[in-house]
Amino acid sequence: MTDDASETYQLRLYVAGQTVKSVTALANLKRLCEDHLAGHYSIEVIDLTQNPQLAAGDQILALPTLVRRIPQPLKKVIGDLSNTERVLVGLDIRPVKGEA
Amino acid sequence: MNAYATRPELNGPQLPKTPTGIPGFDEITLGGLPRGRPTLLCGAAGCGKTLFAMTFLIEGATGFDEPGVFMSFEEAAPDLAANVASLGYDVPDLVERKKLAIDHVRIERSEIEEAGDYDLEGLFVRLGYAIDQIGAKRVVLDTIESLFSGLANEGVLRAELRRLFAWLKNKGVTAIITAERGEGQLTRHGLEEYVSDCVVLLDNRVQEQIVTRRLRVVKYRGSAHGTNEYPFLIDNHGINVLPITSAGLSYDVSQEPVPTGVSGLDAMLSTGGYFRGSSVLISGGAGTGKTIFSATFADSVCQRGERCLYFAFEESPHQIVRNVRSVGIDLQRHLDRELLHFEAARPSFYGFEMHLTRMNRLLDQFRPQAVVIDPISAFRGPSPEIHAALLRMVDMLKTRGITAVFTTLAPSEDRLMTYADRAVSSLMDTWISLHHIESNGERNRGLYVLKSRGMNNSNQIREYTLADDGVHLREMYLGPSGMLTGSARVAQEAQERAQAYQRDQQTARRRRELERKRRAMERQIAEMQAELDAEEAELHALDEQERENERSREDARAEMAASRGAVK
Repeated sequence: MTDDASETYQLRLYVAGQTVKSVTALANLKRLCEDHLAGHYSIEVIDLTQNPQLAAGDQILALPTLVRRIPQPLKKVIGDLSNTERVLVGLDIRPVKGEA
Repeated sequence: MNAYATRPELNGPQLPKTPTGIPGFDEITLGGLPRGRPTLLCGAAGCGKTLFAMTFLIEGATGFDEPGVFMSFEEAAPDLAANVASLGYDVPDLVERKKLAIDHVRIERSEIEEAGDYDLEGLFVRLGYAIDQIGAKRVVLDTIESLFSGLANEGVLRAELRRLFAWLKNKGVTAIITAERGEGQLTRHGLEEYVSDCVVLLDNRVQEQIVTRRLRVVKYRGSAHGTNEYPFLIDNHGINVLPITSAGLSYDVSQEPVPTGVSGLDAMLSTGGYFRGSSVLISGGAGTGKTIFSATFADSVCQRGERCLYFAFEESPHQIVRNVRSVGIDLQRHLDRELLHFEAARPSFYGFEMHLTRMNRLLDQFRPQAVVIDPISAFRGPSPEIHAALLRMVDMLKTRGITAVFTTLAPSEDRLMTYADRAVSSLMDTWISLHHIESNGERNRGLYVLKSRGMNNSNQIREYTLADDGVHLREMYLGPSGMLTGSARVAQEAQERAQAYQRDQQTARRRRELERKRRAMERQIAEMQAELDAEEAELHALDEQERENERSREDARAEMAASRGAVK
């Protein structure tokens, strides 16, 4: 459980099709959110092969990209999110007690 | 714009090419960039890479119906549009009509965390989407190297770039990838390793405080291309490359004379003027009236309704117009009718190459029949460069059949030629030398035709004066100590006038004398006539008397007879 549970994290994961990296990234993200943000997050997966016009809006270049839209400011994490520590740093999430 | 698109003299199968629409560049590359392949455009900051790339897209969209995608890694779309708006390109309109798509890729390292394996598929998706949206045939990536500062994993980046260029080729789009010039290699991040079909290098060099932009096609796989460094120009008309290498000696020549504007000078040249399309050098010291001769020529050209382009390198157009008005030449009316065009610039403002490029473009735009370059001696710099530049200038004018008058400042004291003169003398068809003649404590102006190819020219030195109504060549007087000029000539003229006056006087006197004599004679005749008349009258009177006497005597006799009583 996070220390400030008041805020809900709105996360967007940009992927391109069902590649290995996409699937890994989504799985990693879900696990990470359950561990650290249970009940305080929403995940939106955007497949750019279906909606290529959405890539420019969030300045997507590398895939997969995770975008933290809320809380502000905007944060981006790229990669398959296998490095949990770096994802937490990137999303500015303090790990729950006992795990750090 | 697409005049250079094809070169008919090229034989054999040629690599398909995409014209850039940049004047001169398509000529150097014999048609443009390799169609459907990426081209690397490298150069240091401020070389004009972005403008080159943008021109390529806009010309493609407007001139060749090939829509283009501009993917900018540096400038945002509004900035790009604003930058080229001054060149008359309406980017928002092209975007509106789906002829152009601009995608600004912004990458901020500070807001990106890398956590695990990734690729640049997002870039591919964006580019692919933009290409498909407008059916793009041309793509620009400016400057993709920015990614190196935005992403930490260089290994992934390099692999992805390699994939990107292959993908572009696969898409069949003609692409320009711009890159920063690097130390020891063409580009900072070695992009030439991936883009190897065509590499163009832009350069911005300062030599003797003068900047010249140059362009070189470093490589062009599968095609011949001009290998030299070509000067190019960026100004308010966009990019212009000057492709002068092959100016051969094969231009047509004309027999048609072009009057010089000075009637006496026309007479000195047996043809009645310069040949059309010839190059004329007017050399002279300070204050010999070189500009006035040029202006007179320009005036006569415009009076015939032809166009004249006047390159002024030392005076402003207004100054020239004002100054030559003092000798009765009104250039303003030609300016008003747009037959005359002044192009004034300090020689040091650009390099030679830049001057040539500007000149080349102006000649194409204004299409003059005559050109004045006043003066060429204003060009300073390494002599071989001056010579090369002048050679090109003369070639440029001759191939167009333009009559050109060059002026040059020559030291008046000794008539030694300056280097520029020597270098240029062999290029000139006609050379008119103006100089000061010093004698009797004054300086006067004299001219002679030093050479004039293809015509019989006078070998006389003629004095000329710059009067209120233009240039006048004077009759030459030869005195015991040589040529008479100035006041000596005036004195000679005065003396001749005095002699003539004296002769007139003498004649008049003799005429008066004769008249008097005749009158005297007539009077004598009248007197004698009167004498004769008097004598005649006297004789007549005597006669009368005699007859009277006779009658008296007869009467007396009759009376006596009567008194004697004699009766008949």
